[in-house]
Amino acid sequence: MTQPLLQVSRLSRHFPLGQGMVRALDDVSLTLMPEQILGVVGESGSGKSTLARIVMGLDRPTSGSVRIAGRDIFALSPRHLRQARRDFQMVFQDPYGSLDPRHRVGRIIAEPLHLDTTAPKGRDRRDLVGRLLRDVGLDAADQDRFPHEFSGGQRQRIAIARALITKPRLLVADEATSALDLTVQKQILRLILDLRDEHGIGVLFITHNLGVVDQICDSVAVMKDGRIVESGPMRQVMDHPAEPYTRRLLEAEPRLDVIGRKVRPKPS
Amino acid sequence: MRLPKSLILGAAITAIMVGAAVLSRVWTPADPTAMNIVARLQAPDAAHWFGTDPIGRDVLSIIMAGAWTSLGIAMLATAIGGAAGTLLGVTAAARGGRAERLVMGFNGVLFAFPPILSAILLGALMGPGAVTAITAIGVFMVPVFARISRAAAIQIWARDYISAARMAGKNDIRITAEHVLPNILPQIIVQLAIQTGLAILSEAGLSFLGMGVSPPTPSWGRMLSESQTYLAAAPHLVLAPGLAIAVTVLGLNLLGDGLRDLTDPRRGQAG
Amino acid sequence: MLSIRNLRVTFGERPALNGIDLSLARGRTLGVVGESGSGKSVMALAVMGLLPRTARATGRIGFDGRDILTMPERDLCALRGNRIGMIFQEPMTALNPAMRIGAQIAEGLILHQGLSRRDARAKVMHLLDMVRIPRAAERIDSFPHELSGGQRQRVGIAIALALTPDLLIADEPTTALDVTVQAQILDILDDLVAELGIALMLISHDLGVIARIADDTLVLYRGTLIEQGPTERVLRRPGHDYTRTLLDALPPRVRATLRDAP
Repeated sequence: MTQPLLQVSRLSRHFPLGQGMVRALDDVSLTLMPEQILGVVGESGSGKSTLARIVMGLDRPTSGSVRIAGRDIFALSPRHLRQARRDFQMVFQDPYGSLDPRHRVGRIIAEPLHLDTTAPKGRDRRDLVGRLLRDVGLDAADQDRFPHEFSGGQRQRIAIARALITKPRLLVADEATSALDLTVQKQILRLILDLRDEHGIGVLFITHNLGVVDQICDSVAVMKDGRIVESGPMRQVMDHPAEPYTRRLLEAEPRLDVIGRKVRPKPS
Repeated sequence: MRLPKSLILGAAITAIMVGAAVLSRVWTPADPTAMNIVARLQAPDAAHWFGTDPIGRDVLSIIMAGAWTSLGIAMLATAIGGAAGTLLGVTAAARGGRAERLVMGFNGVLFAFPPILSAILLGALMGPGAVTAITAIGVFMVPVFARISRAAAIQIWARDYISAARMAGKNDIRITAEHVLPNILPQIIVQLAIQTGLAILSEAGLSFLGMGVSPPTPSWGRMLSESQTYLAAAPHLVLAPGLAIAVTVLGLNLLGDGLRDLTDPRRGQAG
Repeated sequence: MLSIRNLRVTFGERPALNGIDLSLARGRTLGVVGESGSGKSVMALAVMGLLPRTARATGRIGFDGRDILTMPERDLCALRGNRIGMIFQEPMTALNPAMRIGAQIAEGLILHQGLSRRDARAKVMHLLDMVRIPRAAERIDSFPHELSGGQRQRVGIAIALALTPDLLIADEPTTALDVTVQAQILDILDDLVAELGIALMLISHDLGVIARIADDTLVLYRGTLIEQGPTERVLRRPGHDYTRTLLDALPPRVRATLRDAP
């Protein structure tokens, strides 16, 4: 059997609040196999973003472990964790907040190369960044421009290019399409699928939107109040949800067949 | 892009004052140390635009030479205090926890002391002089800059591009140097201009009390204190340094306000 | 009641709206759908008479027979308070964080309608019930940060409703909310239109939101009116390629509901 790309075991994260405790994550376990896309769905306060930050080693859990390609990332020394970061990168929700406004696009995309002492420099680095920009549907010459010259969707492409530069095996996308127009959302989802197919990346896709899950995920985990209430293959969860909460989420989705539901008074 | 009026006016006044200070090193209308008892306490005329002082020196020349002292001390003190305060502030923001509480506690203590009192204390310990003035003023700049830079840096640390930089394996020092400092710099520069204005006032206050540079080095504050006794006989003696101080402080404040307007993100959405 | 004729808005050289025509009657909901840069928010501001000074507007925005574009600022203020209500995307920024919600809702009542504090409070309770805030008696003295996003948006609606406006403009009122809460807010808005006979202009980038409660739908693209008509017709028989692009961008699950419907 192949080794899981990501294995989250019994992860808990508690935050002190006043006299008590908030369980942002409560005994969460999940597994992502290589080249798969796992959707984590939940509403605000479900703990899904805390999960993303801990999986990326940006926050530490209260208990439990995160293994990426078999390595427990919280057992690594800071130096080894830094080296391991080449294998996993992240795309954030807000394409306006995730790019430093004072850096040029080329510098932003090349930032993770800091991890790699053998990374190309100078001319070769420019070529590499240019290739990545073309991979995500932008122009190689765009590396000399600043973030504010781009639209939200283009910025998200830049963020994806940055996440890809170290050739990671795991990509965590935290609401990566939520801030975008629907037509742009669709393009970015298409891009993520293509990248998975071409580069064999596994993706942890965190979202509040079941419509997105339906389009790209192989499996899905539904979170509520820091716990996973239901998980399984995507089609099974979406078409035959076992949990009332999953059903409620599905029912709340926008529909196009309930137009003019109510009897209205005659216009005066 | 249209520049704010306050910025243009403030920059012009500041440039004239700094220009006069620099010019005084190579040229002044008359020798600011040359006494001429016959021509003492003359009112302003064509030969002496700002009149002469009790020992017949040209007041305009002393003002220009004094600008070098006053502006120099104010700028050096602000630069040193600003650098130290900013360093403390961004460190507190980056480290959090105990380091942050320590820095902010130290700030609170510094803030609690009346600056003039502490400056007199310092003067008593070190003796009056430029170094005393710079130290006394600079020390009181530290908490101001520490507070501002910490607050600004904390906002930057919450941005996703900081998380991205951490994902790139960068440590706190590098993140502070590459992402935090460049992004809080506009706010720091605005504050530098405004605080330099305050420092000029402080320098004048210290010199007035005799804690500044010693004679014969001219300084606006000491000119004020020395001319007190001639207030009725020769009001121009008080007026000249008083105006020099007021105009310079005004110019620096306008410059600060203008820079603030310029860096305000709400200004010109189209950028 | 609202009738816009050939509305053009430009910012400097840049056109934001190129000739919009629409009309909206009491008890009806008009959905305005468009992506970022479509000019949908500019339209909301124009109807409120809140366009920035840098904007130039021509045409006519008729509201009960008067033209909002030429109305003096004094009349506009009265209009905004009493006749036209606005609901914002992010209720947290639209609410005063330092003021209890009951007091914020009552503010307009005391100021514009001269109600006593006691009467205003009774009216506020009624409004909180109307926007279905549970345990309104306990919530009335809460601060905004003590409420969830959905409850804050309900408070935003209550403020807009306080002065019983004839026209309600809602700019992306559900975008910042969870899906389950989104549906509730839309239902509240829909009931208000039906029960109070208010006219609602619902602005959104999401056809799924529009479809739920809009009688008529207007599609905007880069400041140009692409098409408008009964929502059902626009969704089932879109008359323009861009409308089809918007429909295609919906998640397949959402699109499928349109096909399955009778």
